[in-house]
Amino acid sequence: MGVRTVCFCRRSDGGGGGATGSRISGLRARAVLVDMEEGVLSEVLQGPLRQLFSTTQLISDVSGSGNNWAVGHHSYGSVYREQIVDQVRRAAEQCDCLQCFFIIHSMGGGTGSGLGTRVLKLLEDEFPEVCRLVTAVYPSAEDDVITSPYNSVLAMRELTEHADCVLPIENQSLVDIVSKIQHMAHTGKPGSVIKKDSTIISGQGGVAKTEKPFDAMNNIVANLLLNITSSARFEGSLNMDLNEIAMNLVPFPRLHYLVSSLTPLYTLADVNIPTRRLDQMFTDAFSKDHQLMRADPKHNLYLACALMLRGNVQLSDLRRNIERLRPTLSFVQWNTEGWKTGLCSVPPVGHTHSLLALANNTCVKPSFMELRERFVRLYRKKAHLHHYLGVDGMDVSGFSEALSSLTGLIDQYSQLDSTNTAPSQDPPRLNIAC
Amino acid sequence: MSVVTVQLGQCGNQIGPELFSTVYEDSTGAGRKTYQESSRERFFWETSDGVLVARSVLVDMEPKVISQAVAKASKSGKWRYGEKAHFCQKQGSGNNWANGYCVHGPRHKESVEDLVRREVERCDRLAGIFAMMSVAGGTGSGVGTFVTQCLRDMYPQAFILNHLTWPYGTGEVIVQNYNSVLTLSRLYQLSDALVVHENDTVHKICSRLMNIKHISIGDINKVIAHQLGSVLQPAYTGDSPSNYSRNPIGELLSSLVCHPEYKLLSLCNIPQMSHTSLAYSAYTWPGLLKHLRQMLIANARMEEGIDWKVCVPSSRGDSVRTGQMGFNRSLANLMILRGKDVSSADAGAFKDPALYVPWLPPDGTFSLWNSPVPFNGYEKSASLVSNSQSLLKPLDNMVRKAWNMFVSRAYMHQYTKFGISEDDFLDSFTTLEQIISSYSHL
Repeated sequence: MGVRTVCFCRRSDGGGGGATGSRISGLRARAVLVDMEEGVLSEVLQGPLRQLFSTTQLISDVSGSGNNWAVGHHSYGSVYREQIVDQVRRAAEQCDCLQCFFIIHSMGGGTGSGLGTRVLKLLEDEFPEVCRLVTAVYPSAEDDVITSPYNSVLAMRELTEHADCVLPIENQSLVDIVSKIQHMAHTGKPGSVIKKDSTIISGQGGVAKTEKPFDAMNNIVANLLLNITSSARFEGSLNMDLNEIAMNLVPFPRLHYLVSSLTPLYTLADVNIPTRRLDQMFTDAFSKDHQLMRADPKHNLYLACALMLRGNVQLSDLRRNIERLRPTLSFVQWNTEGWKTGLCSVPPVGHTHSLLALANNTCVKPSFMELRERFVRLYRKKAHLHHYLGVDGMDVSGFSEALSSLTGLIDQYSQLDSTNTAPSQDPPRLNIAC
Repeated sequence: MSVVTVQLGQCGNQIGPELFSTVYEDSTGAGRKTYQESSRERFFWETSDGVLVARSVLVDMEPKVISQAVAKASKSGKWRYGEKAHFCQKQGSGNNWANGYCVHGPRHKESVEDLVRREVERCDRLAGIFAMMSVAGGTGSGVGTFVTQCLRDMYPQAFILNHLTWPYGTGEVIVQNYNSVLTLSRLYQLSDALVVHENDTVHKICSRLMNIKHISIGDINKVIAHQLGSVLQPAYTGDSPSNYSRNPIGELLSSLVCHPEYKLLSLCNIPQMSHTSLAYSAYTWPGLLKHLRQMLIANARMEEGIDWKVCVPSSRGDSVRTGQMGFNRSLANLMILRGKDVSSADAGAFKDPALYVPWLPPDGTFSLWNSPVPFNGYEKSASLVSNSQSLLKPLDNMVRKAWNMFVSRAYMHQYTKFGISEDDFLDSFTTLEQIISSYSHL
């Protein structure tokens, strides 16, 4: 196994048993899976990827967190602290060189949100020098978990303070992208047949035979993570690794929420139809329909932007498109040419080329403000508060601090937005005696 | 006399192999035995089985680029890199100068020094050390600066030349201007001279002159390698008129760097065209030299789009006035002519004192090297290494953008966490403003 798989998996000692001819026998995922109820983890252990995980990598309990952040963070956080640290440490020791932690969880529930952010803090304590990149799935406004605003805001404070980078994802955006692709696939118009396995919702090259309900949406997020790590796994003329992403896209420690977009969504099967031009791929990356959260970076202010290009695309294509798109975008005054670019030679499975855009942009503000609104609506009435305050380790200050952390964050974005309207003038240069 | 090349970071390890390939191919050909011997000795050593090994040390904080460079050279069957001549780590420098300079540099100091020492000791005589790096990223810039410092300490008398690739103005790396400022301010003290290539300029050469439709990084690197090769390949010089000079770097430095305040060297080379056009072009020396002179005074880096209206001021007016007329004043120039009938070329127009600052002795301002051997497939080619105001504007832009960012303190936390403080930044800005001022007032 070359560099590519070694990144995410390692060879299991003593070789794997299991089905012959399986591509994944002998590999173990560099992962720790945590859930406070057993259903999902059991499925993993019985599913087609079961060989990737040994049971010690899975940490679970029986009753779940009841959609209660405090239960996840404080109760389970204390009970399972040792075990989690132990497993993570073991996985870390198997690495030649540990570059980054990917922490993946939702914000609206109790375990992912509560225990997930506890794990985040723990990683910061135990491995302070290793980058922590969080993929956080935010609930939509129509979320059916009543307490999701509490859970999300309580978790956000932890993310703001302890994560290096956060990639917020909204379920609604994933749903919209999936419908768009399925609509395209089913229009039956000539020339609209999509090439097999070439969409970002298919588990291209994946192992699963039948599709489960959230598979399409989850595949989008999986593809996001694949694209972010492509430079670490494959060669290219301009490498962009995870540490560089954190370095270039985070100008101020708390402002580390990056909006992501993936293009193209699919490739057409009919080779006689001219392929959507390369330039269209760039344009799409900035359109609000391709973002993985409901945000419109094009009509807000950029602090920084990264473009990761994969496949048979040349430097001149990249430069031409940056030149073309720059005038249509607003960048903060001190970073008018704030682009970080990467070129990886190997495209994703099923595509000839692809583009991942990561934006540090004030367009996250509306989503955060909505979240705060939903939180305040509940908090004002003290609705469901007792479920939280009854948990050992949780008190009212936790809520008020989380709220003020979010408010502070929103204010920081507002301040940046206000600089956008002021006429830009270079600050005076350093004066030296001649 | 041999040159030891130190390739640093992704850029250095991508341009380096192109340079070695270029000089190898150029030295191969009929009727150029002494040229070939001199060139080979300068850049390669030979194993007992007759394999040519590059006199090069490869350093990077991640392994992929070095692996590619080493593999490609081996596959060529023509030359290769030394088996133990490289040093790499796994995690990269994250585009962070402070991480490169304060963490990786010191951590791996001994390993890198050992590698360089081995290469230097292998040379009969050391002509100089040629360090290649970019200024935008974290390893080339940060580790590169630290390594240059180590080399300076190890070899206080040796000539150290740094080749710097400056990034595209519209970003490749967001913190590129910070990394550049930190690099340039320190290298200025450590290095004997800084030879600069700008990606923007080379890109234009590729698109307009060489007609490359889809320009890749490889194309950019080949042009840079061509230009560097045209300077570093053997030539007859002032000090060594009938044998190929054995002290090319020393002579280059004494021709161009008369004062430690002025170390920025730019490079241009004509003609440049696609290989398919080569066969159909014929140039004369007077034609080439006329273009090159105008390129110098109008600060054009390629032979297209030259502003012929710019002229040499007849009187030494104040620099502001001459600056506004677009005139590029020089401290010193070194011209290298290669190819057919090279002895018939008349470079007198470059000796005009009006091109230069008046406070330097006139016989120290212009130097001419030549070689009758055509370079890299060009029947005639002319290179000009200039110590002039030509890099002033790009440098000023770089400092302006870095300063803008610094005033808002953006990204500071990324540097301070590795040990580079705001005061360190201020020191760097001060140094560079000084350099900008010096060049502006030529």
